[in-house]
Amino acid sequence: MAPFIRLKFVSKSFADVVAVDNLSLDIEKGELFCLLGASGCGKSTLLRLLAGFESPTKGTIEIDGHDMAGVAPADRPVNFMFQNYALFPHMSVAGNVGYGLRRAGVRGDALDERVNALLKLVRLQNLGSRKPHQLSGGQRQRVALARALARRPKLLLLDEPLAALDKKLREDTQFELVDIQEKLDTTFIVVTHDQEEAMTLAGRIGIMDAGQLVQVDEPRKLYERPKNSFVADFLGTISFVDGVVGQRDKTGIALDGDLKIRAITNLDLAVGKAVRLAIRPEKICLSRTASTAPNQIEVVVEDLAYLGFATNYRVKTPSGQMFKLQQQQRRSNETPLSWGETGYVHFDPQDVIVLED
Amino acid sequence: MGRMNGLVLSLGALGFGILYLPIIVMIIYSFNAGKLVSVWSGASLKWYASLLENDQLLSAFGTSLLIAIWAATIATVFGICIAIAFVRFGNFRSRLALSAIASAPLVMPEIVTGLSMLLLFISMESLFGWPAGRGVDTIIIAHATFGMCFAAVVVQARLRDFDMAIEEAAADLGATQPFIFLSITLPVIAPAVVAAWLLAFTLSFDDLVIASFVSGPGSSTLPILVFSKVRLGVTPEINALATVMILVVAVAVIGASWVLRRRLAARSPD
Repeated sequence: MAPFIRLKFVSKSFADVVAVDNLSLDIEKGELFCLLGASGCGKSTLLRLLAGFESPTKGTIEIDGHDMAGVAPADRPVNFMFQNYALFPHMSVAGNVGYGLRRAGVRGDALDERVNALLKLVRLQNLGSRKPHQLSGGQRQRVALARALARRPKLLLLDEPLAALDKKLREDTQFELVDIQEKLDTTFIVVTHDQEEAMTLAGRIGIMDAGQLVQVDEPRKLYERPKNSFVADFLGTISFVDGVVGQRDKTGIALDGDLKIRAITNLDLAVGKAVRLAIRPEKICLSRTASTAPNQIEVVVEDLAYLGFATNYRVKTPSGQMFKLQQQQRRSNETPLSWGETGYVHFDPQDVIVLED
Repeated sequence: MGRMNGLVLSLGALGFGILYLPIIVMIIYSFNAGKLVSVWSGASLKWYASLLENDQLLSAFGTSLLIAIWAATIATVFGICIAIAFVRFGNFRSRLALSAIASAPLVMPEIVTGLSMLLLFISMESLFGWPAGRGVDTIIIAHATFGMCFAAVVVQARLRDFDMAIEEAAADLGATQPFIFLSITLPVIAPAVVAAWLLAFTLSFDDLVIASFVSGPGSSTLPILVFSKVRLGVTPEINALATVMILVVAVAVIGASWVLRRRLAARSPD
């Protein structure tokens, strides 16, 4: 069976700027898919192409088996939730939510019933007669969601749905959004620049850069097995080690030179080939004394930041390689290392990411 | 700081004095019992009473009102169209030329506008026999022509701030373009439309120069009549008339700005 959404070699240029560059992507029905990228990477353009506000310069977009070329936004089984919600300022909450239904010919009691059901879904039952300017940011966001869901779209596109909310509210709203998505079984595509938001919401994330998808995967895979330095660097914090393969065996490789870091990988890497390794900060252990652990390196503490639940360190090897690491605060009789002190880091070869670029 | 405040205050008072003292004097003298405009001889409402009996003045007032309402309405409709063309259609060909044409009447001496309008009407009449002579309709056309430039400026300012996303939202929810304009765009820019209409209305209502070029027999507007009367000497009746006009304009302007402010306050977030 064909996937619910299929983008084939889609490009979109504005004058001489290429916003989306030869991009292909399949999304299954009922998925909550996140497009993640820095501003200007083309993610919003991709969303607008799906909504029909823009048409692709090249390539085809299929939704639910139908080619969307020349199909107006109103005729697509798609609704859009705008970044700043784009609520109609002169209409009440109920008027906003019912706008699409009235356009579809729903009137009278049926209209009231549908509007009330939608307001209940987003927990705004008693606010139907309010105007948008009388609502809080979180309430406006929910009105926008209810309005976008009113026509029972098969696909809902959300452009930075939580960007306008403050941090605390954003966290609550993330889970609420996932709940609603699961309840309705509608396919959601969310555009965001906030990686934490993408990780929390999405079943799959597509990371975009310069109009192209760099990697599409589940959040865990993206974080733990990024394909290249862009993805590794974009998601969370990471330390890179550039080196040359010095040894190769069945399960992995080891670097040549003074940092003989060992990594488990099944990539085909010959001895003498340049390679880039990456290690997440929470995978690195820091201690005062040396042990027999693999990948042990002597370091000096360059910088540290106390966060309460953990401490972030930046440490440097004698050869000048930097590592960023995070030590959880736990009960220990060892006094934590401070500025300028010498210690040892070690990490499991399993946790070393071998990048493909 | 205190000295600065004193200076600002006295300059402000001077400014307001220059603007409003003559008007206040005129209003006071409209209640003058005597026939001489500048000699006070007791309070009376007799000039207001005679105003009500002056059919010529009343009919000129009616003509002016009729012209102003029509001219303002036409000017606003065209002004909205011009504003939409400039704000929404990006850099179309001949945009510069059109914007120059559209803003020329803002700076054109009225006497030039009036004369050119008169020549246009005369040559149109000789070419296709319309407009037959000059009268109320030619004044309406002339006033609508320069009023629409002012209306366009007012509406444009509002349209520029307009969040295009809300029109896209309406399109996304199944509305067609004409319906989007009527149900979304127009209500949102309504304060500017009202302001544009009022501006065009007042411009038309107190225009003397252009109207005197393009008016014909039997189509004397209030300013034309007042002006011709003043040449024969100012009577307190004119003072009374001016007071009534000020009252009408003040009520309209204050009412409109009150409505606008309420809507704007309601619009601004939080």
